[in-house]
Amino acid sequence: MITTGLTPIITEHWDKPDLYTIEGYRRVGGYQGLATAMKMDPDAIIGQIKDSGLRGRGGAGFPTGMKWGFVPQNDGKPHYLVVNADESEPGACKDIPIMLANPHALVEGVIITSYAIRASHAFIYIRGEVPHAIRKVANAVAEARAAGLIGDNILGSGFSLDVVVHSGAGAYICGEETALLDSLEGYRGQPRLKPPFPAVAGLYASPTVINNVETIANIPYILDRGVPWFRQFGTEKSPGFKVFAISGHVVHPGIYEAPLGITMRELLEYAGGIRGGGEVKFWLPGGSSVPMLTAEHLDIPLTYEDMAAAGTMLGTGTPMLFDNTVSVVKAVTRWLDFYKHESCGKCTPCREGTYWITGVLEKFEHGRGTAAEVDTLVNLCSQIAGRSFCALGDAAATPYPAALKYFRAEFEAATSTSADEQFNPVASYVFAEAATR
Amino acid sequence: MTISAETRDQLRELAARYPKSRSALLPMLHLVQSVDDEVTSEGINVCAEILGITSAEVTAVATFYTMYKRKPVGKHHIGVCTNTLCGLLGGDAVYSALSERLGIGHNEPSADGQFWLEHIECQAACTHAPVMTVDWEYMDDVTPASAVAVVDRLARGEQVESTRGPVIRDFQATEHTLAFPLDGLVNDGVAVDAKMLVGLRLANERGMSAASIPAGDA
Ligand SMILES: Cc1cc2nc3c(=O)[nH]c(=O)nc-3n(C[C@H](O)[C@H](O)[C@H](O)COP(=O)(O)O)c2cc1C
Ligand code: SF4
Ligand code: FES
Repeated sequence: MITTGLTPIITEHWDKPDLYTIEGYRRVGGYQGLATAMKMDPDAIIGQIKDSGLRGRGGAGFPTGMKWGFVPQNDGKPHYLVVNADESEPGACKDIPIMLANPHALVEGVIITSYAIRASHAFIYIRGEVPHAIRKVANAVAEARAAGLIGDNILGSGFSLDVVVHSGAGAYICGEETALLDSLEGYRGQPRLKPPFPAVAGLYASPTVINNVETIANIPYILDRGVPWFRQFGTEKSPGFKVFAISGHVVHPGIYEAPLGITMRELLEYAGGIRGGGEVKFWLPGGSSVPMLTAEHLDIPLTYEDMAAAGTMLGTGTPMLFDNTVSVVKAVTRWLDFYKHESCGKCTPCREGTYWITGVLEKFEHGRGTAAEVDTLVNLCSQIAGRSFCALGDAAATPYPAALKYFRAEFEAATSTSADEQFNPVASYVFAEAATR
Repeated sequence: MTISAETRDQLRELAARYPKSRSALLPMLHLVQSVDDEVTSEGINVCAEILGITSAEVTAVATFYTMYKRKPVGKHHIGVCTNTLCGLLGGDAVYSALSERLGIGHNEPSADGQFWLEHIECQAACTHAPVMTVDWEYMDDVTPASAVAVVDRLARGEQVESTRGPVIRDFQATEHTLAFPLDGLVNDGVAVDAKMLVGLRLANERGMSAASIPAGDA
C-alpha cells in the first residue's frame, strides 16, 4: 500500500514552459532564497545547511553543511565552488533533467553556496555529451549576470562572484571529485591522493567545495523555506526529498520526486508497476556502482541508512529495475565492460583487475565459464575492492559478488549455456518490433 | 592551415575565461574539433602555443577523453547507448541496425564522410531507453526502425529535430556549442518531455504536493 505521497519541489513547476528563463523562475518564487541568504552572515548559512541535515546527492551522501564547514576561513586564499555536473554513472539520470528543466535553481544555489563559503569563483563542470543541458545552464548564468545576481557587488552586498560553465569531454572518472579537479585544471582526469582534501587544497591548490547538481539545487529551497520545513520530509538521518529517476522495465519510467524514506514498492506503484504485470528480478537503488537488490527488498525505505543496512547504498537515488526477461550474467558483464573502459589506468588493481574480471565474465556470457571460476571471480573482485586508488575500482568489484549472492545458479548455468540461450535477448526489449526479429 | 586568425582569437578568449589559462584546454580542444572535424596536430600545436605548454602535454589530454577524435568524424556523429540498461532494453538491436544500415562499426566513419558510428556509455537518459544521440543531441526512446529512419532523413538532407534539444545541425556545430554554449538555440525544441513530467502530473492528478505532507510524516 502507498502511504508516502509524491512531493514535487525541485520539479514542482517543470510543466511551465518558461521555467528555464529568469522571468519564469522568478514568477514561481525563484531567487527569494538568495535574497534571504544575502541578508545573512555566511557562517549562519553554513549553520543552517548543517542543521537541515542535507546530505550530498552525488552518491556518497556526505553531509553538505559539514563539508562547507571544512573550508578554512580568513586564510587569505581564494576559495572555489565546483559543481559536479558530470552525471555519467550508469543509471543516473536526474542531474541532466534538473539542468534542462530548472537551471536557475542550480544557479541560485551556486550563488548562495559561493557566498556562504566565500568563494568568488564558481565552476559548473558539465559532461560534454549533453549540449542542450549546457545551453540551458549557460543561458541561466547569463541571465543571472544581466540581472545583477552574478558579477560585482551582488545586490549591493559587496560580494562579487564569477561563474564559469565548463564542458567536459567524455570520461566517467571525471565525476570523481579529485579527478574532476585535475580535468578542470586542463589535465587528464585522474584522481588525486587524499588528504589533502579539496576543502583544504582543491582547485589550484586552494580551498574548494565540490557538490552535486541536485545537492546545490536543494539550497535555495532550504534558505527560502527553512530547516523545519525541510526536515518534515525524510528521516532523521536522511532528511529532505529526492528527485528519483526510475528506469527499466516499468510501465512509466521517468522523474518522480518524493521524500527520502519512500519505498521502492511505493515508487514502483507510482510508475505503473513492471510492464505486463511482471515481476522485478533485480534492481539497483542508485547507479551500477551500488550492489543490486531483489523483489524481497522492495519494502525497505529508500534512505542512506536503510539502504546501507540492506547491504547496498542509496547512491544517486535513480532506481533501475529489470524484469525476469533479463540475464543477470549479461547485465553484470556489460557493467564491467563499462568500468574497464572508464578505468583511468592510474593504479594497477583497477586497470588490470577490470580487464581480468571482464575477461572471465565474457566467458560466462558465452557459456564457457568454469565451475571453479564462479568462485575465483569472487576472489578476484576482493583483490580490487579496498585496494584501488579511488572508488571506481571498488565500484567495479561490486556488481559480480552482489549478483552472485542472489543468482548463483545463473552463473553456474553459464558454464555450459550462454546468456542469450538462457534468456532470449529480444524478450528484454521495450519495443514491439523486436518480436519479429 | 585550417586554424584561422579568428579561431586563434576564440582560443585566446577561452583561455582568458579561467583564473589559470590551462583550465581552458578541454573547451579549446572542442573548438579545434569545431573547425577541423577532429583534433588535428595543428590544433594541438596551437593550443600548446597559446597555453605555453608542450604539444606532448596537450596530446596526453586529447587522447584521454573519448569525445576527442584523431580522425575526421564526418558530418554527423551517431551514438547509441549500449550500457546495460539501454543495451538490454533494445540498444543492442538499435546499434546493430545502424551498423548494418551504415556499413560501419564502432568508432568508424562512413566512406562518404556523412556519418560516424559509436557505441557510447550511459547518457544520463536511462528513463528514455534506448537512447541514441545525433551530434550529441538526444534521440530518446528509439527503436531499430526509428533510428534507421533518422539516419535516412539526415542522409537525404531533411530536417531532424532532437527529442530533447534543437534541430540537428552537424558534429562541428555541436563542438562549437561546447566551447561557446550561448549559441542562440536555448529556446529551440523540447527540453522537458512527458517522462520528465510523469511524477509531477501524477501528483497533480491525485492532489499530492509538498504542502500536503503533515509535519513529521514520511
Ligand atoms: C567514479 C566516480 C564517478 C562519480 N561521478 C559523479 C558524478 O557524475 N556526479 C556527482 O555529483 N558525483 C559523482 N561522484 C561522487 C563525487 O566524487 C563526489 O562525492 C560528489 O560530487 C560530492 O558531491 P555531494 O556531496 O553533493 O554528493 C563520483 C564518484 C566516483 C568515484
Ligand atoms: S581505481 Fe581505477 S579509476 Fe580510480 S585511480 Fe585506480 S585506475 Fe584510476
Ligand atoms: S544506460 Fe543508456 S542512457 Fe543510461
